[in-house]
Amino acid sequence: MPHKSLALLALVAALSLPLFAEREPGVLRWGGDAEGGAPFVEADPADPSIVRGFDVAIAEAIAKRMGLKPRFVQVGYSSIDQSVERGDFEIGLSGVEDAPARRESRATTLPYFEFREVLTQRASDKVKAQSLAELRGKRVGTLGGTLAYDILMEKKDELALEVISYDDDVHPYEDLLQGRLDAVLLDHVIAARSQRRMKGLETLEQPVARGHYVAVLASGDRALRDRVDDALRAMMRDGELERIFRSWDCWDDGQRDLYARLLGGSVPPPFEIEGAPATAANPAATTPAPRPKVRIASYIPSLFRAAVITIVLSCVAMLLAVALGIAIASGRIYGGPVTRLLLTMYVEVMRGTPLLLQLFVIYYGLSAVVKLPAFVAALLGLGLNYAAFESEIYRGSLQAIPRGQLEAARTLGLTEGQVFRLVRAPQALRLALAPMTNDFVALLKDSSLVSVITVVELTKQTSILASNVGSWLVPGLLCAAMYLAMSLPLARLAGTLEERWKVRT
Amino acid sequence: MTAPVLKIDSLQLRRGERVVLRDVDLEIGRGERVALMGLSGGGKTTVLRAVVALEAFDGGTIDVDGVALRPGPVPKESALRALRAKVGMVFQMHCLFEHLTALGNVTLAPVHVFGKDRASAEKRAHELLESLGAGHRHDALPRELSGGEAQRVAIARALAVDPPLLLMDEPTASLDPARRNELAVLLRELADQGRTLVVSTHDVDFARDFASRIVVLAKGEIVEQGPPSSILENPQHPETKRLLQGE
Repeated sequence: MPHKSLALLALVAALSLPLFAEREPGVLRWGGDAEGGAPFVEADPADPSIVRGFDVAIAEAIAKRMGLKPRFVQVGYSSIDQSVERGDFEIGLSGVEDAPARRESRATTLPYFEFREVLTQRASDKVKAQSLAELRGKRVGTLGGTLAYDILMEKKDELALEVISYDDDVHPYEDLLQGRLDAVLLDHVIAARSQRRMKGLETLEQPVARGHYVAVLASGDRALRDRVDDALRAMMRDGELERIFRSWDCWDDGQRDLYARLLGGSVPPPFEIEGAPATAANPAATTPAPRPKVRIASYIPSLFRAAVITIVLSCVAMLLAVALGIAIASGRIYGGPVTRLLLTMYVEVMRGTPLLLQLFVIYYGLSAVVKLPAFVAALLGLGLNYAAFESEIYRGSLQAIPRGQLEAARTLGLTEGQVFRLVRAPQALRLALAPMTNDFVALLKDSSLVSVITVVELTKQTSILASNVGSWLVPGLLCAAMYLAMSLPLARLAGTLEERWKVRT
Repeated sequence: MTAPVLKIDSLQLRRGERVVLRDVDLEIGRGERVALMGLSGGGKTTVLRAVVALEAFDGGTIDVDGVALRPGPVPKESALRALRAKVGMVFQMHCLFEHLTALGNVTLAPVHVFGKDRASAEKRAHELLESLGAGHRHDALPRELSGGEAQRVAIARALAVDPPLLLMDEPTASLDPARRNELAVLLRELADQGRTLVVSTHDVDFARDFASRIVVLAKGEIVEQGPPSSILENPQHPETKRLLQGE
């Protein structure tokens, strides 16, 4: 049948078309996060459509030396590893840290910059710690998924540290100034930048550890990686890297020593903890010893702990939302015109603006007035937001109760309050049950948003785990299973209640 | 006639510009069975609603067995407690509380409004339902009841605190002829026990079976009243004639 084979041919042709962005000859796509800002990658203040920074300059220089045209691809910092592996771009370059897991699961280049993990504290504090050990029992913040975070987690139990993980590198310093943290551990480039931006910070000279920035490629791209390494070596040799870092005021002797080591043929370990014996990692090894396979299993307790946070947070926030929602709905039905107007405004504002924004405002925006602990801010944010949605459910349900019943109740002598309590609300609750269950499940999942205000709940913990094992597959499945384990019983409970109320009072 | 259970004096009620009730005077004695008749929109239901203070009125007075209602906004429910012990109302659609059983519907007011203990309220409710022929349905939810059963539960609910006056709005609307006759018999029994009944209806056969007096309302005014024999056999007012011809 010629028609059929023609159709098949067309299908094959269509499938072979580049449906997704693909490698283009003569182009080197590189991924970076412009939100990371200067001196790494930032939108050019003069022309925000282009980016600049030392990572930009290095990417362009690498492309040039390989005879390719550089093309920038914006990607969230925490997604660089995943994105490069799925082929969104060939090379990720945005202050990406050298790490054993990354070396193992991706093709990483030679390190091109050595950074020092440094402690920053409030200048106004009379007594300042001179080392990480002196911060025993204190609250220390950092950017999640970084070497600094791993170091803090490693020392957490030994030093009884309270480790707070952030999604960005600006808020840790703000919280430090606010008194929510006692210290911040991050690399010296970021620490220096924050000191330029904010007054009242002081950074210790003595580093806690040394690490390196590398470029990251997909695990199957080792040949391309080797060509990038050649380009990097050439740039170390002829001083182009030095020129780039000097132009961004980031050059120091650390880089000179690093380049000397690399050009001498030795590859430094991903990182070195200050004062730790050199046996922690073999300085000569390009790839460190394979990590123990129990890695994911060892994270499961922390996933469970995070799931408990998610459950407690969701349940208490839902209780708040229900109580407040009932109050708002009653106010909008029974209240005077001013009350009704105010409540309507509340509902429209809370429904009409993103929960993420509300969380930021409650935690960071209000911090000048009231410094809420992160968990309380998360509870309030979720509760206040969902109260708006709940109130609409209750208002609709209350209004669905036939007027005749309310009048019949009045002719029996029930007061307005009794009519509400004994006749209207109990029936409205039955109507509201299904949409409420829906909202509770939605809230359970929305609770993952509170990670932006440093609460480590299930999704955040999963992303920490994923960045450590270098894959989302197993952590993602585990996390999904846990969410389902939480939401399915809820649906079941709601179903049972509905069934019971259908038959009996 | 003994002291009236319901005394309405020149009742006026307007909705905006429209006059709904105009100078309605009515005096009903203990044990009377009154059928309020008239075409739709004549004001029958409005009179009943005004008597149970669901409707504010603009002039005149209503006196229910010594409890007076005045013109002006409907008072707060707490000020109407005395009225609620004097008059019960059965709505056309019954308006039972859907989340409560028949028994729960009947005991709600005695327990929560009049402070009776639950056990005695339930005992009384069982007796009432039994006497109205719905005793076996005490455990059913409203949606499980037939129209006639729901009506009996609604009557029991209205009689739960033993008011001397019972109002019913269009009780035959959803009943077949056999059930209609049963209802007439039932209501006569209630009247024989000393209750006063005022029922709005445009069902002539039912009015004949049930009423001791027929009051005809047209365009918000009482145009004619008297015993069924004279009103139904020998109507004087054109509105009454129209009503009977429509049958």
